[in-house]
Amino acid sequence: MTELERHTYDVVVIGAGGAGLRAAIEAREQGKRTAIVCKSLFGKAHTVMAEGGCAAAMGNANANDNWKTHYVDTMRGGKFLNNWRMAELHAQEAPDRVWELETYGALFDRTPDGKISQRNFGGHTYPRLAHVGDRTGLELIRTLQQKIVSLQQEDFEATGDYEANLKVYAECTVTELLKDGDAISGAFGYWRESGRFILFDAPAVILATGGVGKSFKVTSNSWEYTGDGHALAMRAGATLINMEFIQFHPTGMVWPPSVKGILVTESVRGDGGVLKNSEGKRFMFDYVPDVFRAQYAETEEEADRWYKDADNNRRPPELLPRDEVARAINSEVKAGRGTPHGGVFLDVSSRLPAEEIQRRLPSMYHQFKELADVDITAEPMEVGPTCHYVMGGVEVEPDTAQSSVKGLYAAGEVAGGMHGSNRLGGNSLSDLLVFGRRAGAGAAMYVESLGKDRPQISEADIDAAAAEALAPFELEGGENPYTIHQELQQSMNDLVGIIRKADEIEQALARLTEFRGRIAKMTVEGHRQFNPGWHLALDLRNMLTVSECVAKAALLREESRGGHTRDDFPGMNAEWRKLLLVCSLESDGDAVTVVKKDQIPMREDLLELFERTELAKYLTEEELPA
Amino acid sequence: MSYLAKFRVWRGDADGGGLKDYEVEVNEGEVVLDVIHRLQATQTPDMAVRWNCKAGKCGSCSAEINGMPKLLCMCRMNTFEEGETVTVTPMRTFPVIKDLVTDVSFNYQKAREIPAFKPPADLKPGEYRMQQVDVERSQEFRKCIECFLCQDTCHVIRDHEENKESFSGPRFLMRIAELDMHPLDAGDRQHAAQEQHGLGFCNITKCCTEVCPEHIKITDNALIPMKERVADRKYDPIVWLGNKIRRRA
Repeated sequence: MTELERHTYDVVVIGAGGAGLRAAIEAREQGKRTAIVCKSLFGKAHTVMAEGGCAAAMGNANANDNWKTHYVDTMRGGKFLNNWRMAELHAQEAPDRVWELETYGALFDRTPDGKISQRNFGGHTYPRLAHVGDRTGLELIRTLQQKIVSLQQEDFEATGDYEANLKVYAECTVTELLKDGDAISGAFGYWRESGRFILFDAPAVILATGGVGKSFKVTSNSWEYTGDGHALAMRAGATLINMEFIQFHPTGMVWPPSVKGILVTESVRGDGGVLKNSEGKRFMFDYVPDVFRAQYAETEEEADRWYKDADNNRRPPELLPRDEVARAINSEVKAGRGTPHGGVFLDVSSRLPAEEIQRRLPSMYHQFKELADVDITAEPMEVGPTCHYVMGGVEVEPDTAQSSVKGLYAAGEVAGGMHGSNRLGGNSLSDLLVFGRRAGAGAAMYVESLGKDRPQISEADIDAAAAEALAPFELEGGENPYTIHQELQQSMNDLVGIIRKADEIEQALARLTEFRGRIAKMTVEGHRQFNPGWHLALDLRNMLTVSECVAKAALLREESRGGHTRDDFPGMNAEWRKLLLVCSLESDGDAVTVVKKDQIPMREDLLELFERTELAKYLTEEELPA
Repeated sequence: MSYLAKFRVWRGDADGGGLKDYEVEVNEGEVVLDVIHRLQATQTPDMAVRWNCKAGKCGSCSAEINGMPKLLCMCRMNTFEEGETVTVTPMRTFPVIKDLVTDVSFNYQKAREIPAFKPPADLKPGEYRMQQVDVERSQEFRKCIECFLCQDTCHVIRDHEENKESFSGPRFLMRIAELDMHPLDAGDRQHAAQEQHGLGFCNITKCCTEVCPEHIKITDNALIPMKERVADRKYDPIVWLGNKIRRRA
């Protein structure tokens, strides 16, 4: 029998970013004993990296804004592939979720009349992003962290124990979900510090593990983004959707090499920054696609007027959705009009006074000054696309965030559907809050419905999970996990990156098969106490599964849409819009299967929010309203 | 542009350890964390280091470089001579777990002892109104990425384990100042700052401000004003009289 510590909870939340913390707050407030398990220290999750803001149609900066416009923008941004019910809930509930943060102590930037200030962002019709300079994610994570602490203080008052009902297990990694029949019974993991095993006996597990960016070489994501939740869900029998859609953020740093991929916030463009090629041309005017032509300026003069008078001018093309801007930058560099280090110029220095830049974009100012010796108030930045976000994720029921497995929930980046084929900037922080809360409520309701009849954990499952986790120590003379990881990242970047072709994806799949063999034989040195080599070895298994989903779905989808661009199928195809690609694991092993599934048609009253001419660009003839 | 750098890294755990020498490749534009990662990937796969964002935003990779508390991800290699030995050690104020990783749970305990933001009773969500100029003071402190370098450098606890119980350190005294300056916080913070969190231990040497990677003026903008607020109240004759009368009643 495996030696381990055991804990019993009602709800276990995996991940301590915005979605995980909001879910945990909800579950605890609904009276459920809740554990938060996270790979890093409490308060370090990837949400801190979010810069620009949190989209919510509060109408503080422009009174015309409302949830319907936010909904319409979100569907447009996702090229109508979004799960419309999720997009609807998100647009409706985002303002309440932001206002709630103020009652937890958040301090957003203000409008002159004392309300929460809102800024412009790509794809959003009105200034909509609640923000704190360019460190909004930090404010969000700290606020939620402090709310967790305040709930613990309440429990201390009542019981004398801070951790009576809500405990954070930091630097603890879950490697396997356990089931009893078709329902979740718990989670198995290890403490990073000691390497010792830990078991959570719990009927409900909420995945809030974020994304998959560490499978790509150039990425804005941190080491934690290894697709753990995606892979855990699949191994537990749940399905993933939309895995072919990966967002390459148009503006990552390109130099020096060691910081390549680090994010440069979209707020630089929202606040007036422009993109130029090596010839000094504002090239984005050449890349406005037909579906967006009506909403974007055709001349620099009109674009510049928009910043002052948005009601009477069309927006600058630098603020097109991210997929469009990323592809445009890619094309300019390929055409030989890139900068010395292979990017394009992003210039705010000629657009705003130096003090204004430092006030509005303080962390960008420091980031460039300290990491690249570039003074963004005096010279342009060099930027290029970087893997930023996965639109795909666990297929969930929109209202409760429940996956296809009983007791398993997913919220935030690890969930799929909300953003369709491309996420708008600012819609991630609001997604975390809206669906984090819903997942917490959904899980609490499910636990309530079980009564005393809880799923049981089997000892054999524990032994199997322990053996699997220790496997990398068993072999000698095998490869180092770091080498395999670097090769995996290079392959995904080169072969399933921003522009894709059938033969390249096939090459990637062949390489992934090869990696699978090598991963089974790799060796880890040292012992179990805080051993990064071992941690990476375990994460690699997840990265491989997720990469296979991305590649297989990308090969199947023969069109270009949002975060999936096929050089051999350059157009958008209305027949494909109706289809989701669903990934699952075959029951007897590791092989990923991908099947087509029909989308549920959009509800009529939501369809009516669009002009028929716009719908005709996306939907098939039969789908259009009469 | 590549060269071989001399690195000296503390290796060991709670039972002891020492500095070990390494020679490792360095390329243009790299930071100390890149070099530590290269050591992991090529020579020492089990070398423990905490890191997340690698962009100075999460505050995970705190350590001491040539004795100075710094973020490994924000310390560029071109700040050293090529022949210079770069010494990397774990933060000294916290117990070592392994190699460069320390046990920072002290900070999470202190965070828990500060009563949370107390929302105003008469305002519903969405009704909060605050002026930018009024939120800016607390916003400066909320830039804190909790790297705990200020805690590491503070001489009150750096080599004085015995002070840890009664002193919360600059990060958490600043948290109290942040709440005290929050335009809508309904809590009372000043008494606790002095009596429970040890504000009086701070003798404003500004070491915390010096090491702050976010350039927060911890001493000037948080700790000194907090000391003034506490002193104003403690030595205010009317408050003094009020306390006397209340105590007698």
